[in-house]
Amino acid sequence: MRAFSYEKPADPAAAAARAAEVEGAKFLAGGTNLLDLMKLEIETPLHVIDVNGLGLDEISETEEGGLRVGTLVTNTALSADSRIRRDYPLLTRAIAAGATGQLRNKATTGGNLLQRTRCPYFYDTNMPCNKRAPGSGCGALTEGAFSRQLGVIGTSDACIATHPSDMAVAMRALDAVVETVTPAGMTREIPLEEFHLLPGDTPEDETALMPGELITHVRLPAPVGGTQEYHKVRDRASYAFALVSVALVRQADGSGRVALGGVAPKPWRSDAADAELPNGASAVMSVLLDGARPTEENAFKITLAERTLAAMLKEA
Amino acid sequence: MSPPIDFSLRRRTLLAGTAAAAAFSAVNRGGAAAQSTGATAGPETTTVTLSVNGEERELTVDNRTTLLDALREHLQLTGTKKGCDHGQCGACTCTVNGERINSCLSLAVMHDGDEVETIEGIGQPESMDPMQAAFVEHDGFQCGYCTPGQIQSARKVIEEIRAGIPSHVTGDLTAEIAITDAEIRERMSGNICRCGAYANILAAITQVAEESA
Repeated sequence: MRAFSYEKPADPAAAAARAAEVEGAKFLAGGTNLLDLMKLEIETPLHVIDVNGLGLDEISETEEGGLRVGTLVTNTALSADSRIRRDYPLLTRAIAAGATGQLRNKATTGGNLLQRTRCPYFYDTNMPCNKRAPGSGCGALTEGAFSRQLGVIGTSDACIATHPSDMAVAMRALDAVVETVTPAGMTREIPLEEFHLLPGDTPEDETALMPGELITHVRLPAPVGGTQEYHKVRDRASYAFALVSVALVRQADGSGRVALGGVAPKPWRSDAADAELPNGASAVMSVLLDGARPTEENAFKITLAERTLAAMLKEA
Repeated sequence: MSPPIDFSLRRRTLLAGTAAAAAFSAVNRGGAAAQSTGATAGPETTTVTLSVNGEERELTVDNRTTLLDALREHLQLTGTKKGCDHGQCGACTCTVNGERINSCLSLAVMHDGDEVETIEGIGQPESMDPMQAAFVEHDGFQCGYCTPGQIQSARKVIEEIRAGIPSHVTGDLTAEIAITDAEIRERMSGNICRCGAYANILAAITQVAEESA
């Protein structure tokens, strides 16, 4: 790990201002992903701004009947909150499907959204990676590369990494909105749909956040009801990233919402695919995964996604 | 502050790491590292006070020091083990403010004023915690390296179930959670045992859960 200076700012706006002002600054919340990456020198901040203790660890009720989740609410606290379990069970299911008890006790809401991909070529600093070292190439797209875990849609010739979060997939299905404070002290709202960027030619740009901008809350709209399920398919029964995950909200009339994890650089959902839900899994996936560009190794994800949704619809 | 145990080794590791980092920034043309002067914005050490097993300990540490290294190398509490050092194996599990965490993925400087409990604070050979005694009784280990982390996790798993914190295998999210084999196994998935003592670890945890019910 490289040396860094450390500070605890007084409030969120001061944190954002400092992050924009100090060269090489990085926010630190739970640290479960950032410290791992710092040890590998994939992340090399010169200055660490510890945002713990800024009072952003509460879940409050909004006027529109939803919930406003502070960015420092841990994954454990969020998944266990009685209002979340009752009104947003999809979110509890998705969070509980990720990581381990120890990690969920430290991992935060904002940090979960900002975690980096687990693509093996991003993690191996001996390999080319356009996300880690822009312009160096994509190791995952070389001959004989291991791409089984990687993305099938929304990817580009520069990067086929996936976003690894389970929590974000549920939040996408629930139409969550990210609230931030900018270095100038202004607040801003970013729908989760627009929060994560597709790689295109610049896979190093991962979110809509401007330099120094700090996530303060994630807002959940009023509960949508229905039957809510999260089904994660992975290589182990526990503590593994998704090959494919499906978040499903299904209403009594057959309508609903579908979001996918493990297949794209961001939680993957579309209104057009949601509209096909009454017509079954095949109809949904032919729209949702239209334009997919899998590799030979991960083409199975397309079939797997359809069959996972089909199984969920049969059980629902 | 007590000096790190193996300072010379750490120094060599550090130098090797720095050389590798320099080589990497040379190719990292578009990255922030290539544009930076490489200078930090302030002191690279911080003084923190941790309450460890009920005792206040003041330490001045390099900001990079993990909670795990602070415990092992600065406080000589070597019961907490370093396995993978990346949050994957659970050997470093200890309790901070009543919650189990991977001490390898937390910086000591993040824990100023926090209450840390390590395996040394849970029990000693002459006064074992019920979970330690159950691990002995059920042969919940072979080499023993993962055991402090297993025991730290195991004690908290029972508390987490009783506190109603749901897991991946929990059925009804609004009902009381039963302490079942499936719940224990799922919640212990962050603690790896290379000797494969899982069946006996499960038996030990089940016994403690039943005895404390």
